[in-house]
Amino acid sequence: MKLAILHELNAERAARRPVILVTDTESGEQRLVKAKDFARDPLRTELEKQLRMGKSASVEAGGKKLFLNVYAPTAKLVIVGAVHISQALAPLARSLGYDVTVVDPRTAFASPERFPDIPLIAEWPDTALPPLNVDAYTAFVAVTHDPKIDDPALLHAFERNCFYIGALGSRKTHAKRADRLRAQGARESDIARIHAPIGLPIGAVSPSEIAVAIMAEITAALRLPPKEKEEAA
Amino acid sequence: MLDRDEDILKAAEDWQKAGRGVALATVVETWGSAPRPAGSSLVINDEGTFLGSVSGGCVEGAVVTEAMDVIQSGKPRMLEFGVADETAWNVGLSCGGTIRVFVEKVG
Repeated sequence: MKLAILHELNAERAARRPVILVTDTESGEQRLVKAKDFARDPLRTELEKQLRMGKSASVEAGGKKLFLNVYAPTAKLVIVGAVHISQALAPLARSLGYDVTVVDPRTAFASPERFPDIPLIAEWPDTALPPLNVDAYTAFVAVTHDPKIDDPALLHAFERNCFYIGALGSRKTHAKRADRLRAQGARESDIARIHAPIGLPIGAVSPSEIAVAIMAEITAALRLPPKEKEEAA
Repeated sequence: MLDRDEDILKAAEDWQKAGRGVALATVVETWGSAPRPAGSSLVINDEGTFLGSVSGGCVEGAVVTEAMDVIQSGKPRMLEFGVADETAWNVGLSCGGTIRVFVEKVG
């Protein structure tokens, strides 16, 4: 690998931008393709598929044996609300490979006893969220049930283009929330991105089951191609 | 797998900049039950120091030896390990899978 390619690869990884390194395993020739350049690449179908699955693979194209090495940022999960569901959701998400952070200004909820080994920030969203670098590889859930906490958090998630945004609450609660967010300047397209009621409809009752429903929905958002995602929803 | 061996490629860059000969070994194909998925990598320097893994520790020794040659020659090579391989009695994968490992020089 040329040092210039390695340097660029490390810079892209540090910036949490997805890239794929394409190696001709016979000649050793290599090129780095950034996700934003996939659309005009001759290998775009393969590149898009492998990135979506987060899986590296060998492929044959144009009589060449190519190895596509996928460097996707580690997905993050930001949970706003240190509630009972979050106590089940945080360790489940971590076991699925997510970097998890829990945010809740209410110190009685955001206590290390309730969340052993999980990074906790006992601050309001406007203080807690900016340093977390919420990005397109972040799933964002708001589960406090308190508009003072959930609403500003959701507005932040819209700005950062999270791949998944979910919020706890019935359809009725969500309709009221949508009105409040509109009043604060949210666009219809942003509000439409909120998964509410949160989680896939699997009849979840207990906090752990709700956590499974949420992580299943997040997994679908991360892995399914856009068309199948619409069908699942 | 979402998480990757974050520091390995950074170490490769740092070693190379510090004037060391460096090679990168990457799992490019797996068949059957392989211990580490495609994309897993091992970085080796000319002192024989290595970071990361391409298997659960079964074939790293052999990969490091090959990497020394690659650092010398500058020519990449493909290695294959598995039970069907004749070297299996020496360095095989106990899990019964087969892996191909691409070894290249850095720089």
